Amino acid sequence: MHIALKVRRQENPDSPSFYQIFHYEGNPEDSVALVLNRLNNLDSLTDLTGRPANRIHWECSCLQKKCGACAMLINGTPRLACLAFLGDLAGKRRMITLEPLSKFPLISDLKVDRSILFENLKHMKLWLEEDASMNTWTHDSQYQSSRCLMCGCCLEVCPNFRPDGKFAGAAAMTAASRLMEQAVYDGHRKDLLKKFRQFYFEGCGKALSCQKICPLELPLEDLLVQSNAAAIWHR
Amino acid sequence: MNQTILILGAGLAGLAAALTAAEQQNKVYLISAMPSERAQSVMAEGGINAALDTKGENDSPEEHFWDTIRAGVYLADPNAVRALTDAAPEIIRRLVSLGVVFNRDMHGNVDLRNFGGQKKKRTAFAMSSTGKQIMTSLIQAVLRWENQGSVIRYNDHTFVTLIFNHDNRCLGCVVRDNRTQKLLTLRGDAVIIATGGMNGLFGSTTGSLLNTGEVTAELFRLGLPIANGEFVQYHPTTVPCSGKRLLISEAARGEGGRLFALRTGTPWYFMEENYPELGNLMPRDVVSREIWQILNVPGEKRAVFLDMTQLPLDVMEQKLGDLVDDCMTYLHIDPRREPIPISPGIHYFMGGIQVDESHQTLFPRLYAAGECCCQYHGANRLGGNSTLGAIYGGIVAANAALPEVANSLNDDFNAFAEQTLEDLRQRASSLQLGGRHFPLPGIRAELNAILLDSLGIVRDGPRMEAGIRAIGRLIVEKVQGNYDPAFEADENLNMESLCLLGKALLLSACNRRESRGAHTRSDYPDLNDTDYRRYSVAQYRGDEILIHLEDIPQKR
Repeated sequence: MHIALKVRRQENPDSPSFYQIFHYEGNPEDSVALVLNRLNNLDSLTDLTGRPANRIHWECSCLQKKCGACAMLINGTPRLACLAFLGDLAGKRRMITLEPLSKFPLISDLKVDRSILFENLKHMKLWLEEDASMNTWTHDSQYQSSRCLMCGCCLEVCPNFRPDGKFAGAAAMTAASRLMEQAVYDGHRKDLLKKFRQFYFEGCGKALSCQKICPLELPLEDLLVQSNAAAIWHR
Repeated sequence: MNQTILILGAGLAGLAAALTAAEQQNKVYLISAMPSERAQSVMAEGGINAALDTKGENDSPEEHFWDTIRAGVYLADPNAVRALTDAAPEIIRRLVSLGVVFNRDMHGNVDLRNFGGQKKKRTAFAMSSTGKQIMTSLIQAVLRWENQGSVIRYNDHTFVTLIFNHDNRCLGCVVRDNRTQKLLTLRGDAVIIATGGMNGLFGSTTGSLLNTGEVTAELFRLGLPIANGEFVQYHPTTVPCSGKRLLISEAARGEGGRLFALRTGTPWYFMEENYPELGNLMPRDVVSREIWQILNVPGEKRAVFLDMTQLPLDVMEQKLGDLVDDCMTYLHIDPRREPIPISPGIHYFMGGIQVDESHQTLFPRLYAAGECCCQYHGANRLGGNSTLGAIYGGIVAANAALPEVANSLNDDFNAFAEQTLEDLRQRASSLQLGGRHFPLPGIRAELNAILLDSLGIVRDGPRMEAGIRAIGRLIVEKVQGNYDPAFEADENLNMESLCLLGKALLLSACNRRESRGAHTRSDYPDLNDTDYRRYSVAQYRGDEILIHLEDIPQKR
């Protein structure tokens, strides 16, 4: 099938942005990640009008929804490029638009700086200081929580998350939900609960747009209910 | 103590090393192209081996040792392997205490599954996403030290080259900030390389695109020996998809999946017929070779399938749920209902940077751990030993580095660093003067095609020699004096090193005139212990690649 790929280009945070359209001939089951790799591996990349174009900057590692690197706006929706397929996206106009996630500082083209995701984990003290305790009842939700890719799609759609705000968003809540199950000792557990209230509970408006967008379809509402039970209602 | 350790790579080996060093009050710079969440380690699926002996099968580290040695066809360092298998149960306990969510059995113990090449249940797992689950807990364990300032991350930085003194003593490294493209010199009392396998040489593998092989290539250019480079693991069950090879975890067969080929219209369970004892769970080299032989009968169009349709639905859901999901998403096949057509694909590099038992390289104060180094796996790796080897290797490398670096060096780091930068500038400008402008992706694709063709599952002398000549031509015709302005200077400089590394793998393979483990030659089909029960070592000296064989340490 024939596809027009409309890509938002911006060399660096200070340079002007513009859209550039590329032709691609492929199959409906081709992922956007495959298309970007193919375009970037051409000997010379040219846009629709035949003008030479620079290679497209984006992040990619595993190509199979295990690493979260390739999150971007695809037709306006945050998704993983490796999990977005041409046949589902092209529509009648056979046009797919790629833009960088908007809530993170731009680095170049489709690549953004997601450091804040990792900084938030640090602020919330999301680690263990004693041996993990084992609770077989919550085994499945602990497993689900550890699957989080840290891709940032949940923050992109969250009505409460702002890059300059205190609210840490669903990615941090996900990690916290498991650690609050595993940390049973007073000292650090108290810290975890306190930080959870401070950086998550006070900011979350329960819109749950995070759950709708999560590329792995993590059961965020369940994790949230469990976390709140632990941190707010002390079960 | 408060020494600075530089760790390149933030996957399992890098994180294990960082944690080990930080827990002993050292300062760590953890340098990686992307955050740990993007490292190839998160893709590890089937599990991690340890003789926990919770299944009443009388398992022991000794048996784990022998299975590893036998699967590696006696080409692994027996002392290193013995230490690995002895340490394995404690590593699992440590991972549990760090909060890794392993599957549990009905008694609450860490559950164990069958895996290839091992008769006893020894593989701890978390569905078929074991790597991801371990990584999440290790990342959090290291985060605690990041918060204290003892681990400092340099995400989004690419290794450029080493800084070392006249005695090859490693003093630090040059890295490039991927955002500003500026070069940075970092001083370290020791450097641990944990940058993964050489996927980039072959292009199409089951692994991550981040594992370009560029670090290994640069170290090879600097004179570090590459051991057992010819041993490339083809995983039996992969499917070409999305420009890579999608892995169908060995866990599928560990839980009862069966391989068959269609013969006169009926399924032929060739593994079960040819290997009645282990059947579908023979070591990977054997299974891949069997599949290759079926698929490569001249004049016949054949296919091989992995059949999980007979597995109980609760096993599919509770132990292989993510595998089912991957098949549905990327292959549009529901493995509960229909068999998956598979073929072998490149999955792991047993060979790599040569290290001793303590993971030290030829250069003092330079260590290597994880897939980038040659340790533990011999001629063929057991499933479940890669995650174990990466974690254990990282711990060993850090523990070996710490006492050694306690004596700080008086070397003038700044002078050597400046000299290294100047050397880079000069090499880059002489490359630019070459006047050639072939695009790097095209050159890389040619190198990939040559290596895929000549280092297949079954090899032969003429084909490998043709590959060596083709790389030679590629270097002369397109790589030397070539500069692609779309890429950074170090990426341009590294192209020749990648070609040399590829050539080194081929030369090692040519030199080994026997068939052993993952190295199968149609012109030398037999094992030859007299001449070749030894390591292949390739070293680049100035203008040529030298290959020699080295004795394997005796078991203590």
